Parts: sequence; C-alpha cells; structure tokens
Amino acid sequence: MTDLTATELLQKQAAGDLTAASITSAFLNRIRQYDPALRAFLHVEEAAALQHAEAIDAKRKAGQPLGKLAGLPIAVKDVLCTKGRRTTAGSKILQNFVPPYDAHVITRLKDADAILIGKTNMDEFAMGSSTENSAYQVTHNPWALDRTPGGSSGGSAAAVAASQTSLAIGTDTGGSIRQPAAFCGIVGMKPSYGRVSRFGLIAYGSSLDQIGPLAHDLRDAALLLEVIAGHDPRDSTCVNMPVPEYTKMLDQPIKPLTIGVPVEFLPSPSGSGAGGEGAGLDPEIETAIRAALNVYESLGATIKPISLPHSPYAIAVYYLVATAEASSNLARYDGVHFGQRAEKFAGLIDMVKKSRGAGFGTEVKRRIMLGTYALSSGYIDAYYLKALKVRRLIRQDFDRAFAECDVVIGPTAPTPAFKIGEKTADPLAMYLSDIYTISANLAGIPGISIPCGFTKAGLPIGLQILGAPFTEEKLLRVARMHERETDWHKRRPPLE
Amino acid sequence: MTTYRTIIGLEVHVQLLTKTKLFCGCSTTFGLPPNSATCPVCCGLPGTLPVMSRRAFQLALQAAVALNCSIASFTKWDRKNYYYPDLPKNYQISQYDLPFSSEGSLEIETSAGTRRIGIIRAHLEEDAGKMLHDEYAAASDSLVDLNRTGTPLLEIVSKPEIETPEEAKAYIEELRLLLRELGVSDCEMQEGSLRCDANINLHVPLRGIRFQSCDEPGAITRLESYATNAAFIATPIIEVKNLNTIRGVERALKYEAERQAKELQDNLDAGVWHIDGSRTSVFRDYQVSPITRRKSDGTLGPVSKATAGWDERTGRTEIQRRKEEASDYRYLPEPDLLPVTVDEATLQRVRAQLGELPAAQRVRLQAQYALTANDAGVLSRQGRAFVAYFEAVVKPCGDAKEACNWTLNDLLSTLNERKLDISACPLPPENLGELIREIKATGLNKQRAREVYGRMLDGLTAKEAIDKLGFKVVADEGQLLDLVRRAIAANPKAVADFKKGKVKAADAIKGFVMRETKGMAKTEVVQELLMRELQNTPG
Ligand SMILES: [Zn+2]
Repeated sequence: MTDLTATELLQKQAAGDLTAASITSAFLNRIRQYDPALRAFLHVEEAAALQHAEAIDAKRKAGQPLGKLAGLPIAVKDVLCTKGRRTTAGSKILQNFVPPYDAHVITRLKDADAILIGKTNMDEFAMGSSTENSAYQVTHNPWALDRTPGGSSGGSAAAVAASQTSLAIGTDTGGSIRQPAAFCGIVGMKPSYGRVSRFGLIAYGSSLDQIGPLAHDLRDAALLLEVIAGHDPRDSTCVNMPVPEYTKMLDQPIKPLTIGVPVEFLPSPSGSGAGGEGAGLDPEIETAIRAALNVYESLGATIKPISLPHSPYAIAVYYLVATAEASSNLARYDGVHFGQRAEKFAGLIDMVKKSRGAGFGTEVKRRIMLGTYALSSGYIDAYYLKALKVRRLIRQDFDRAFAECDVVIGPTAPTPAFKIGEKTADPLAMYLSDIYTISANLAGIPGISIPCGFTKAGLPIGLQILGAPFTEEKLLRVARMHERETDWHKRRPPLE
Repeated sequence: MTTYRTIIGLEVHVQLLTKTKLFCGCSTTFGLPPNSATCPVCCGLPGTLPVMSRRAFQLALQAAVALNCSIASFTKWDRKNYYYPDLPKNYQISQYDLPFSSEGSLEIETSAGTRRIGIIRAHLEEDAGKMLHDEYAAASDSLVDLNRTGTPLLEIVSKPEIETPEEAKAYIEELRLLLRELGVSDCEMQEGSLRCDANINLHVPLRGIRFQSCDEPGAITRLESYATNAAFIATPIIEVKNLNTIRGVERALKYEAERQAKELQDNLDAGVWHIDGSRTSVFRDYQVSPITRRKSDGTLGPVSKATAGWDERTGRTEIQRRKEEASDYRYLPEPDLLPVTVDEATLQRVRAQLGELPAAQRVRLQAQYALTANDAGVLSRQGRAFVAYFEAVVKPCGDAKEACNWTLNDLLSTLNERKLDISACPLPPENLGELIREIKATGLNKQRAREVYGRMLDGLTAKEAIDKLGFKVVADEGQLLDLVRRAIAANPKAVADFKKGKVKAADAIKGFVMRETKGMAKTEVVQELLMRELQNTPG
C-alpha cells in the first residue's frame, strides 16, 4: 500500500477501500521499519498523526467536506515552523525551539486535511547538498545506503523514495529540492520565487528560498503545489496571482513545444565546443538526458541549442548572495533571544560568541563568515554588489532563452548520488553539485527534476526542466509528456 | 580665542503616530507592561517576515513633503547589521542608499530673522527595544523590553547649517510644531517620541591664533602665512547623545562649544604643531583648512569624530568613544520587503492634504493682519486651531492687534489655568471679537474689560456681561461737562497747581470724574472737556 501514489491513496479512500488511519499506520510502520537505517526523520508524529487520521475518517464518515489532501500523511522538512512542535532547522542552536505559530504552508496543509507525519532531516539551516551537515544525523539514500540522498532536503526526498510517505515538503535555495529528488529518483519542484509564501520558513537566503513539493510522480507534485501555492499577506514577496489547478491540465501536452538545451549544461552532440561547465558531466547522465530529449523529439518537440552565457558565474554569485543574506538572517541566533545559550560565559560578547560557537556547525560558520566578508566595507563593492549585478545578467540570460523556447532542459546534477563522506572534506566539490540548479534560484524561475533513468550501478538520474517565472503549469505539463512515455517514476528502491 | 563659527547638525528621530508598529500589528501605545506589545514578528522569531505599514509610510511621506524634501519615486529597505541585545534580529530594518526622501529644508525664526536650515535626508526605520538594567537584582542580568521594538521612526538629518545653540533649539521647536500640526508625531521628548543627537564642532579662524612653538623649522612662519581670512582650524566633531529635553539640547551645545574652544586654546598654548597632520601630536584630531588637504578636490578631509553623552544633572558632556574606526553595519538590501514606489498622483494627494504649514502661516499672518513677526510667530506656535480661533476673533472686530493681544494673553492664560485645549475653549471666538468691538466703541477700560471677559467665560456675550455688571460707559457730553465743572469747583488747589504749570495736577480732577462715574466715563471725552474748561477757568 505504501508504494501507491498520493492520488491513488486518495482514490482508494474515496472508494472506501482504505481509511486515513490505515494509511497512516502503514506509513508509520514503514518509518519504524526502515528509518533506523535511512534516518530521514528528525521527529515522527506517531500519536498525533494517528489521532488526526481518525478525525479525518470521522469527518469522511459524517459526510463533511474534505480537503484536497484529506487523510494523506505528509513529511515536512524541519525548517518550516510547526506550532507547538520542535523545529530545529537541523541545527543544535535551535535544539529546543518550539514555534508559537505554523508556517503558512503548514496551515495550508492542515486546511487541506493532510496529516503531518513527521519532520525530516536536512543540512543545518539548509546549507548543504548531501544532508550530511545536519547537527543530528546523516540520512542515507534508499537506493544505496552508503550514498547521500542529496540535500539539503535529503530527509524529505529519502522519505518519499523509501515510501515512508507519499508526499513531502522541501525547500530549495540553490537546488535543495531538485538535486535530492534527482538523487532519490523522485519528482521535486522548486516553484517561482513568490509562488509559495515563505512565512514560517526559517530563512537561509531570503531572496532565493522557495518551498516546494517532493512526490513520486507529477500528478502528486501538481496536487501538492496546488495546495501550498498562493497569496499570503504575511509574506510581502509572495505574489497575489491566481493559482491554476495544476492537476486539471496536467495531461494536456504542450504543442508546439520548443525546448532550449544550453550548451553550458549539455555539450553539443557533435562533441565539439563542449560547454565549459558541461564538461564535468557524468557520461551516464549525459546519455540519459539525451534519451529524454529523444523522447520529446519523438513527441514532435523542437530541440534548440541555446546559450546561458553567464551561467558559469552562477555558483560564485550564489555563494556571495546566499551567504550575505545568511550572515544577516542567522545573526538572531545569539543566545540572547533565541538559540541555545552557552552555559558559562563572561559578559555579553562572550555569551554571544560561545553560544554561536557551540550552536552552529562548520558549514554554517563557513557561510556566515563568507557572507560577513562579502558585505564588509572595503569588500562589498567587489563581492556582494558585483554579485547582484551578475545576478541580473543571469536573469536576463533566461529572459532571452524563454523568448524563443518554452522550457530549458538539462541535467539536474552533474553526477548521481555520491558516497557519504566523499565530499565533506572538499566544500568546493560539494558546491559544484548544485551547478545546474543554482541559476534558477538566482533568476527566481521555476524548475523541476523528474526521474529519467538509472546508472548501471542502479542510481537514479534526474532531468531538470526550467521555465519562465510563474509558468509552473506549463512546466508540469512538459514534464508529464516525458513521464507518460516512460516508467522511471514507477520504480521503487529495493529496501528489503 | 577671539571668534569661531559653531557648526551644528541635528539628527532627530521622531516616532510616527501610528496605532501599530512598522512591520507588524502590535500596538505602539506608550507605557504598557514590559513585553506585552510584542508578537513573533517584532521579536524576530525564526521564520517570521516583516510587512510594511502603509500608514507609517503615508505619515512619513507627509512629513517629508512638508519639509520640502524631494521624494524618491523608488525607495527600498536595507538591513543595518549590528549586535545588541535590544535588537532581537541583530539587524535593524532601515534605509541606506535610497532613502524615500532627501534634500529638504526647514525655515526657523531666530532673533536674527528667518533662516532656512537644509535637510540632508529623512528616512524610515524601525526602533529597537529597551534595556532594563536592574541594579537591585542579585544577579548581574539585564532585562530587555521589546515593546518599542519595531515602532516606526522617522530619522531627519539636518545639514550642518545650524550656527548657534539657540538655532538648534528653534530648529527642534519648529520641527515639533510642524510634525504635531500634521499629526505625524506627538514629539514628546519625555516619552522618547522625539529624540535628538547633535553633531557639533568649531571652525576657528587661523588669523588671530597665537602659535607657540613648533619643532619643524619655519613651520610657524608658514602657518602664519597661511592665516588668510579663509583659513581655519576645524575641531573634532562630537556627537552628543542622550538629549532628552529641548533645553538640554541648547545647554549641551553651549557647553560643548565652549569646551571645544577651551580645549583647542589649551592645546595651542601647550602644543607642538605639526602642519602635515600626519604625525601624532595633540593636534592629530584637528584639521586645518586649507593646509591639511586630504581629499583630491581640495576640500577638507574627514574630521575625526567622537560621541559624548550629555549629563543633565552635572551640565557636562562626557566623551564616550572615538569614532575613528567607524562601525561597519554591512548594509544589505532587505530581501523580505518589496521596494516602494511613489507616483506623482500620490504626491499630489499628500500635498493637497498638508494644509497651511507654520512657515507659510507666519508670512500670511504678517501680511494679512499687519502683525509683527514676533506676534505672528507666537500665534503660529500655538497651532493651527489656535490661529483659526484668532482669525475668528478678528472677523467681528476688525482689530487684529487687539485680537492678538487678547488671545495670546488673556485667553491663553485661561486655557493654561484650566488645562484646556483650544478646541475646548469655553469662549466662542465671535464673543471675544464682540468684546473687542465693544471696548473700541465704548472706551471700556482694560480693568473693566477684564471683568467683562471673566463673566463671558461663564457663557455670557459681551453685551450681556456688560449689562450684568452694570457697566454703562458715560459718553454724553452734557452729563460729563456737568461733572467736569463740579470737579473743577471741588478741587481749587489742583486747579491752582495746574495753572502754575503742573500738568499732572489735572489727573486729580480727572480722578474725581472717574470716581463719580465708577470709572465708566469715556476717558477721551473727559480729557477733552477738562482741558477746555481749565482754559476757561480763571487762574
Ligand atoms: Zn509585533
């Protein structure tokens, strides 16, 4: 039963074949069974989830109207505030933080009658690409337990892939939904900046952070996005635009369809003039992406080589913009108002130093220092302000691309899931893991990763599709065209 | 030291009169129990986001337009990063390089006349909380009250164009008047809704300075040759903080100017002089124009800075810290808020709603009612409602000077005694106007008129009060002539004295008439008749 999609589980409940309680118990069992090895969850809401499920069943029995996600368990990355429930952002410094409010997305989920089954592991403050930076535990990839699930939403991606839940919420600042979705063989979508309210999301890089769905297939992802997207007056950057019913049009293909393939993401097939960054691409992934493009061609799409000339600077720009914002966003964790206060200290400055020193992990400290440096007088012009200028150029690259293409397609990540510990000693190598995903955050555009194959070793491969701002519907429909022709999304990891 | 120029610039923070805070819905009411007016947003809880108060921006816009500022069509928010326990996010949302307004001015009235003080910029920002240091607590802990955190503040930075402590006082008073009139702020310094930091230094002309000694050969001669009219020594800029009253501002600046002058003189008397300013000496804090040119455009290089606290009790400033290494606030654009655009239609609406501002009002009052600058200034300072009252008094009587006297003296003291606002004045302005008209028509003297005024406060009209008091002015010539003749007959000694040239002696005769009429004889008529009759009386 746990291998079913969310949509199938909804249908079975509607048909009276399954109850919310039985579904929830099944997923809780699965978590109990596999999480000791996977470590996808930081907190599991056993009692509360079951109780909630029974309440939904009662509601259904009484013939009361039910929400779009009624009786469906969902896992949420532990960076979204849950009222009265510990929310750690994967950090020691928020070990005992119990928010007095729900994040907007949590409210939406509750209103849709979804059941919060647990909070998932993540890189501390969403800073990382492997979920190894969690202060609490390392999450394992369900397809290969010695490998990472990607990150920072690795817990959410692993939980869906391992069928511990059918739906999960992640956040994406530089690829943190899409890259783990690719590593775990599932669908993961980062909506346009401003599509989903960030209220209640513990900020990392405020101008880049977005919340999005992780699911087995596109229908589930579309359904979840439908529920969480939309205006919220508590987030000034959240746009007031109608939310289309993404599930409704999902099966309608886009015709005609022009797909832009950036030479910077995928070397030209002739082999000559391989794009600089594309050169680091794993050949097995390259083959899978070309196969996916063939699928689209067979459906009548036009494949158009394009260039995103400023994309080679995306990683550099990202690590200035995101860290600058992070250095300011994380300043509040000082042991005065929030954050674990050091036990012994001499005076205020010492207290702040000791609290932050003990509370933050290495990567967080590294990024705070980077960001502080980039904003410091004497350096701000050369680093932060220059990065903002290049960020605009990156956005313009995409504007130009979308003037002639419906979507831009390439790999989600340059490699399949890497081994746990493989890149922890080399932050720069780790940063390169987000090379194809980061530009979308800088440009504020939507992006989705869908399963498009496996390596010979059996590791999932993700196809990334990017669209113009607020074209989530088109993106989902284009992705669905591929999904209908393939069955990669139906595979489940051999956990037994 | 002979003379010096005092250079003063003021940074004023005013709290806007909004019901709620700048970025959340919490109350801005003063004096609530600690931390009761807080929410997750103003406490900066993880995951919360600010949402700008339209009302606060509106009020700030009104103030800036009234201060003749140019309004930016596009303005953004910035984070000012610094660690302090009263700042829960450890950054303050403020405005850095694109403030919503800049380049304005404020006209002030000084003893020397009207002066226009330039305004560099006015921007919006959120207030911090308040530290409560409990000296009685056993532990050395400090407490923080976050009620004030997030309160909207308008920071108004003047150009360093204020030249005396008196002008600084006038500037703050004028600003307070303007902002109160607009309903932008109540500007209560005691409650912290108007706070002021003052930057002050001196420009001391080189000419006239005695140079004592110098270890550099020929330096004194060179210095003296530099001492043209334009050359001056600039003392370090001191930023005086903790100015809680307007009087305090004036006193602190007076003290600080004198202190800087004395310090420079002491240094000159004791000092070793280095012209290039590069070597450490007692003079390292001073800049000499045009000798120590540090900037390529030939203007004076940055003057060293320090902050000082004003101690109201001792009447002294205490230097707190040097500002040689300016704090690095690592400003960055606030990603959680959208930039604000202001279009021409909005600006026109704001302008239309401003009404008459004090400076324009003073000019009009002088022109329309032939008032002196002083009278117009005093009237204007009482606020728009008071001026409107004054104008309603003038209407029935046509005598602005008298209307001004009555409103500013009698009426104002009545209001003060009864602690009433002009809006609650018990005396309708038409009635006061009628009283002035009666006085002019009947010649009622001031003392009697005040009695009438007193009765009018109980709701009587001027005529009713006069009737009730039985004040009937005797102006009938026949009746008065009779009285004058009787007075002359009854005072032969006074008449004799008058005839001998003692003009004053006539007063005694006049006094007789006034006594007979209970002071109600029309003085001008009595005077005229008395003089005529005395002429006719044989000596
Ligand atoms: Zn609040």
